[in-house]
Amino acid sequence: MSTTLSRAVRHRPPPTPPPPRRRRTSWWPYLLIAPTVLATAFLLLYPLARNVVMSVQEFGLPQLVRGDARFVGLANYARVLGDPEFWAVVRRTLVFAAVNVVLIMVLSTLVALLLVRLGRWTRLLVMSGLVLVWATPVIAATTVFQWLFQSRLGVVNWALVSLGFEDYRGYTWFADGPATFAILVTLIVWQSVPFAALSLYAAMVTVPSELYEAARIDGAGAWRVFASITFPILRSMFGLITCLEVIWVAKCFVQIWVVSQGGPGQATTTLPVYAFQVAQSLQRYDLGAAVSMLMVLLLVLALLAYFRQMYRQEEVS
Amino acid sequence: MTGRVLRGVAAVVVFVVSVFPVYWMVLTAFKPTRDIQAETPTFLPLSLTFEHFGTAVSAQGFWSFWRNSIVVAGGSVLLALLVALLAAFAVARLRWKGRRGFILMVFVAQMTPWEALLIPIYVIARDTGMLDTLWMLTLVYFMITLPFTVVTLRGFLAAVPVDIEEAALVDGCSRAQAFRRVVFPLLAPGLLATSLFGFITAWNEFAFANVLIIKNQDDRTLPVWLSSFSNTFGTDWGATMAASTLFMLPVLVVFLVLQGRVTTGIVGGAVKG
Repeated sequence: MSTTLSRAVRHRPPPTPPPPRRRRTSWWPYLLIAPTVLATAFLLLYPLARNVVMSVQEFGLPQLVRGDARFVGLANYARVLGDPEFWAVVRRTLVFAAVNVVLIMVLSTLVALLLVRLGRWTRLLVMSGLVLVWATPVIAATTVFQWLFQSRLGVVNWALVSLGFEDYRGYTWFADGPATFAILVTLIVWQSVPFAALSLYAAMVTVPSELYEAARIDGAGAWRVFASITFPILRSMFGLITCLEVIWVAKCFVQIWVVSQGGPGQATTTLPVYAFQVAQSLQRYDLGAAVSMLMVLLLVLALLAYFRQMYRQEEVS
Repeated sequence: MTGRVLRGVAAVVVFVVSVFPVYWMVLTAFKPTRDIQAETPTFLPLSLTFEHFGTAVSAQGFWSFWRNSIVVAGGSVLLALLVALLAAFAVARLRWKGRRGFILMVFVAQMTPWEALLIPIYVIARDTGMLDTLWMLTLVYFMITLPFTVVTLRGFLAAVPVDIEEAALVDGCSRAQAFRRVVFPLLAPGLLATSLFGFITAWNEFAFANVLIIKNQDDRTLPVWLSSFSNTFGTDWGATMAASTLFMLPVLVVFLVLQGRVTTGIVGGAVKG
């Protein structure tokens, strides 16, 4: 690196070095970004293009081995969109995303409001708890949750039985669709709340306290203060975090794949899991590619909303 | 008064719900097997044992999975740091045509839904003979962390005043010398923080490691090995939790190193508005 820099400098020996802003015609900024651009082209754009191409080809196991794929136009998309199973998966993904995001946003707002009102040491304690969750690797979390909800020795079943719910003695959570769905939601909400709560808390601290005092003097209750001061002022921040969570939850793959592989049956098969199942298990890489392209399309819509929010946020500040 | 009590209770609930799963993992890892299998679980560390850690460490291939994870995560972070530093310098310090476009590209790349690229990257790896190699995994992790690294390093570089650098140039340093002797020392904490975050991302990654390493089981990384714990440990939950604890340990250390920085960052940013 340093050789490139010094060579560039020697190339144009200035008696007094000009301020960096003047170096308009120099070619070495482009040299500096070249590795990043090349990496992005080969490792990101090329796979993306390959996915697009694959989604309009007939690409199964024979084509993977021999490599003479035939173009079939939009047949894969037609087949996917005409499949009722695909629409069931889309509906499930939307429900999954909606349940998760609503829970995440409500809980993190409550936690953030709580943090604002806590004393210094209690707040530090709660915050370090949240950071610990944030730091927990996904795979460690999935392993622990499988242990928590284990049928015979799991602590959750023990607690439920102790509370008088005899039905849960030896209950096998992962054999039941809705139960597995609920565990995955719990897991993802547990993992996502810290980031959202800490960001919202950081934003809430910026609201001038005079506003709260004035509202309280006017006799406004806690809900009223939140609805007419905190939320309107932080509207764009709420929007931003909601968009991020929608994207993260919708493309969530690892937790589902590790805990249930989309099962039992198809109970927890969301779009990314479905795309992977179709490609890996059925070895229909073409259909898998088409499904993942449709998923990208949905995510891009969410992304555009996110960028619009970010743009507004920049304009405000 | 009641409000105060209520808030205290709420704080305790949030803390317990957050911490309990991790506490339970560590506690189980240290519990003797008879306590783990007891009808009524114990919630306090009354009798402790290292037996499960012994089982975990002596599991077949344990050390090679550690080595693979460290090599892949470390390699990808070093590569990302090197490449990103060049780009971040160009973006933060120089004006050139296409700069805005480049920044936009990095931002968009940062939002890549990598889950959607599992299939094409698998096919490409297979076509190029890179399937089942740690190299391919390193390259993928490098690309996953690269945009984030460029963005953060650009921020850290922009925070180093240009004046200091120019002063060094006036004093007769070359640009490279100015960078090495003046900018780099000021940048070091930022470099450390960025690389540690990149390291965690790569350390935790599962989806690509699961798809790209198939035939040679000894080339797997820790997350993939741990995800199939029932193949290794069966229903030995003590050993499973011990392995999870060991896997989480480096991440926890990194967070402790960065902790002051992270919290002051959040709070400081908040106060400044």
